Amino acid sequence: MTETAQANNKILLDVRDLKQHFPIATGFFKTSMLKAVDGVSFSIRAGETLGLVGESGCGKTTVGRSLLYLYTPTSGEVVFDGARIAPGPTLDMLRRRAQIVFQDPYSALNPRMTVSDIVAEPLDVHKLTSDKNERTERVQALLNLVGLSSEQATRYAHEFSGGQRQRIGIARALASKPEFIVCDEPVSALDVSIQAQVLNTLEDLQARLGLSYLFIAHDLSVVKHISNRIAVMYLGRIVELAPSIELHRHAQHPYTLSLLSAVPIPDPDRSRKARRIILSGDVPSPMNVPSGCSFRTRCSMANDICAGEAPSLREISPGHYASCHLL
Amino acid sequence: MRLLEVENLRTSFFTPAGEVKAVDGVSFSLDHGKVLGIVGESGSGKSVTAYSILQILTQPGRIVGGSVRFRGKELVGAPESEIRAIRGNKISIIFQDPMTSLTPVYTIENQLVEAISLHTDRNKRQSRDRALEMLQLVGINDPEKRLKQYAHELSGGMRQRVMIAMALACEPDILIADEPTTALDVTIQAQILELMDRLQKQLGMAIIMITHDLGVIANLCDEVIVMYAGRAAERGIAREIFYNPKHEYTKGLLRSIPNIENDEKEQLVPISGTPVDLLNLPGGCAFAPRCDHAMKICLREHPREISVAQYHLSSCWRNVEEGIRTGMLETDETGEPIRIREAIPAEGGRTL
Repeated sequence: MTETAQANNKILLDVRDLKQHFPIATGFFKTSMLKAVDGVSFSIRAGETLGLVGESGCGKTTVGRSLLYLYTPTSGEVVFDGARIAPGPTLDMLRRRAQIVFQDPYSALNPRMTVSDIVAEPLDVHKLTSDKNERTERVQALLNLVGLSSEQATRYAHEFSGGQRQRIGIARALASKPEFIVCDEPVSALDVSIQAQVLNTLEDLQARLGLSYLFIAHDLSVVKHISNRIAVMYLGRIVELAPSIELHRHAQHPYTLSLLSAVPIPDPDRSRKARRIILSGDVPSPMNVPSGCSFRTRCSMANDICAGEAPSLREISPGHYASCHLL
Repeated sequence: MRLLEVENLRTSFFTPAGEVKAVDGVSFSLDHGKVLGIVGESGSGKSVTAYSILQILTQPGRIVGGSVRFRGKELVGAPESEIRAIRGNKISIIFQDPMTSLTPVYTIENQLVEAISLHTDRNKRQSRDRALEMLQLVGINDPEKRLKQYAHELSGGMRQRVMIAMALACEPDILIADEPTTALDVTIQAQILELMDRLQKQLGMAIIMITHDLGVIANLCDEVIVMYAGRAAERGIAREIFYNPKHEYTKGLLRSIPNIENDEKEQLVPISGTPVDLLNLPGGCAFAPRCDHAMKICLREHPREISVAQYHLSSCWRNVEEGIRTGMLETDETGEPIRIREAIPAEGGRTL
């Protein structure tokens, strides 16, 4: 879908200041809060793919799960198609219209269930089919939709390769005819030659069914390929959000810049010429986030302002947001 | 004399379901100070090749044929005592997951000092000094403190640095790195790759880099072997493999990965089909069932490896066919194809 066509689409999902804190036992009687997600806001339009990238522990997976209410958010609002989500009827609506595809296609499928039972589970839960024949037809249609054959419906998950399992996971997510799918690292467990197959399937389904995706991944090349816009997360916050191409051409936040430069380019000449920004040190523990800007401990440009106050996400050019004191 | 020569190496796992030919006739050689990349998908035999060189195969795996010569000395069939003198000393290895390679119950000091005193005639104090020196070399801040810590107290990147320190403590001629950055985040991966590049230039050892990531290969390697189903599909200097791929599998791989440098939205062309089942290998070329250009002969007979350009060998019937079509194919007395004629023979070349 082109950028302009999309800008006219309605906002399907709006996440406002989402926070997800987990209590962690740190001593015998002591608990402290792990702020996995600490004030994240974004919106996704119908038919759009928003990429969410960051390193392990930055909270990207938690964002996906909290906005689906798989965890109850500590605070913040999730608005889906105009309705504010809260436990009750709006949540039931969200459960049907928003789905998730998990990273590990091995542990996400029940080994004791046949493929047809796995794919039909959302149909059964939401009582979306009236009789057995309709259920069977629907399962076959779903399997065909993701590029599997109907004969495979009676088999078990272990009989399939990783890429095929991920297709089963996608078919299950599509069963309740959702408009929005959280794709949580859907290709990172797959071999390179299979990744492209699954990515193309996801893109194809989006075009045919008008789906919106929140595409969570750590691989920037994959996220850039599939997303219309990209949000970069660091320690529970979004540090930069921009259209995909814009982010790659004109990234502003020092963290995004180093993340982009760290991606190995599969081209020997360009790869050796590329100037890399090597970050020193590791990501601080989310139990113990630095004061002010949480990136300042690894940032080469950090100064006194950065230690004081946490920067807010500001629009620095139309549609391009970044949170850095130095911009 | 080449530093390492691997010739027609074959390693099989004898499982209850049958013999799995994990490595089925791999040949290459490696010179001092070169970085060789072995790239392939899961099950392609890249790690088993490395484990066979060091003879650290787990049951029921066994080298069933071929030869591995280190500085001219045959390692296949050599007594365990001789292998031990080389393993960890002249050829060392680092693994994908540094947490499982370090023991959780001993301090870093314990493990480093043990490795050093085992392979050198340093006493305990000298070994400790060497351990400190190595930690500094791999860029660990406050090495005194780290020596007293346990593996779980270190971050993933730091653990991999400790593994590199341990592997390099005896100044090996060859460092085998088995997916050293796969478990790490991209910014930490960049740190480790830069470290390996710096240490390689500083110490001059050769590296065998095993990875599934073509980006890592492009970044670091002089020479590349692309493996598929236990065989080398294609091998040669890195620029040849990336800019002039001659095997349909390599071409497919390069087409199927998104390149972050491209500004335009590119169309990914996936390789169709599913990865090979090593228990159920097709006759002929193992890639043929997934290949869009497969010919009849591909399904019948294994392609011979021929030289397709300078420092570039490929095992694909398409190259032979093209050679015949253009009249450039050179054959030996028995009519077997050897090389595409404008290509300069690889013998005596510096590579592979």
